[in-house]
Amino acid sequence: MKEQLKTPELAAVEVDVEGGDLSRSDVILKGALAAGAIYGSAMVSPFVRKALAMSESGDVGILNFALTLEYLEAKFYEEAKSRAKAKGELKSLVNLLASDEQQHVEALTATVKKLGGKPVAEPKFNFEYNDTAGFLKLAQTFEDTGVSAYNGAGPMIKSKEVLAAAGGIVQVEARHAAAIRLQNKEEPAPAAFDSPLSEKQVLKAVEPFIV
Amino acid sequence: MPEIKQLKDPVSRRRFLAVGGSTTAVAAFLAACGDDSGTTTTTDAMKSGGGASETAEFGKGDIGILNYALTLEYLETAFYADVVKSGLFKGADLETIRKFGAEEAEHVEALTAAVKQLGGKPAPEPKAEFPLKNAKSVLELAGTVENLGAAAYLGQAPNIESPEVLASALAIHSVEGRHAAALNTLLGESITPDGAFAKPADVQTVLKSVEPFLVG
Repeated sequence: MKEQLKTPELAAVEVDVEGGDLSRSDVILKGALAAGAIYGSAMVSPFVRKALAMSESGDVGILNFALTLEYLEAKFYEEAKSRAKAKGELKSLVNLLASDEQQHVEALTATVKKLGGKPVAEPKFNFEYNDTAGFLKLAQTFEDTGVSAYNGAGPMIKSKEVLAAAGGIVQVEARHAAAIRLQNKEEPAPAAFDSPLSEKQVLKAVEPFIV
Repeated sequence: MPEIKQLKDPVSRRRFLAVGGSTTAVAAFLAACGDDSGTTTTTDAMKSGGGASETAEFGKGDIGILNYALTLEYLETAFYADVVKSGLFKGADLETIRKFGAEEAEHVEALTAAVKQLGGKPAPEPKAEFPLKNAKSVLELAGTVENLGAAAYLGQAPNIESPEVLASALAIHSVEGRHAAALNTLLGESITPDGAFAKPADVQTVLKSVEPFLVG
């Protein structure tokens, strides 16, 4: 019950345990076969290809993949509270991000359990940076990667409830990304579309930080 | 702003149902919110090609959702164009506004193409006027519009049938979230006003919020 109160968005998630009729991955395959590219092949086909590259492990697999990323972000910001030498506005931002990511970890863990799955264990991480600038550079990579990871996984999610919850998280990741980018004096929204990344691409990006 | 308050109201969707929901709308809502029978309802809805939905007035199924989004993107594009012309901003702030406006224009193009691709008729550009008094009130309005836009996409994502359309909508949704956070930062407001989990907005709430800016 405590978990549910902490994570009201995901606590509302109800699950289709029996599995079902038309999973999103089936739909994606059909869509891809029909080559129904929305923006012409240049725009949407890569989205679908990337989405198809996600492992076919169902919603639990996708949630565990997201949980791994959230573990990474939560640990990164928790450490940054003492390591990043952040001051003033940035210090508040680090505290906010640490809290948000920790809430994402708890929500995803609870949802995996609710779906009857086993939450992945938290990996051990090693973040190499020595100063605020180094921290901010890594933070930007993690947040931008997180946005693209969720955007890549979204169309593979079978349950509409899980999709709604994941949408609520990815928007927050995008907000984090914009705020960190502003700290780096970079465009908060560098492109009109946040392109998706496949699970493989994301794992490759975060691998160097997993011990 | 009252619009923001409405957005934050967690019961607004329920109120919408109480006021104007047909039984089919109720079923669709329950499917989106996690009723026990949600899966069956959802699957039936998918099989029947969408059925009744919040965005029915904009067209059937995904076309309706895309046209709803297109209408909002038209408003955002027109708003930023007017702000650029207003001369209220200079330097880096003006560049940010130009950039956001250009991105909204790209969303308009993409959504228009998507509606056509699905065999639908793109929604017409609404006529709109925005109060452009001073830089601060304009930034506040921009923040309202972007936070609303992000919530609108989030509200529709689970209703989208086609994975291609969903992938595209998600790619736009997070950019609206970025815009909203950047504007909130400029305004000295929280980048995540809903906390760690962004909240969706239903169609009625969104349309009611933009109504004051529509002309004719």
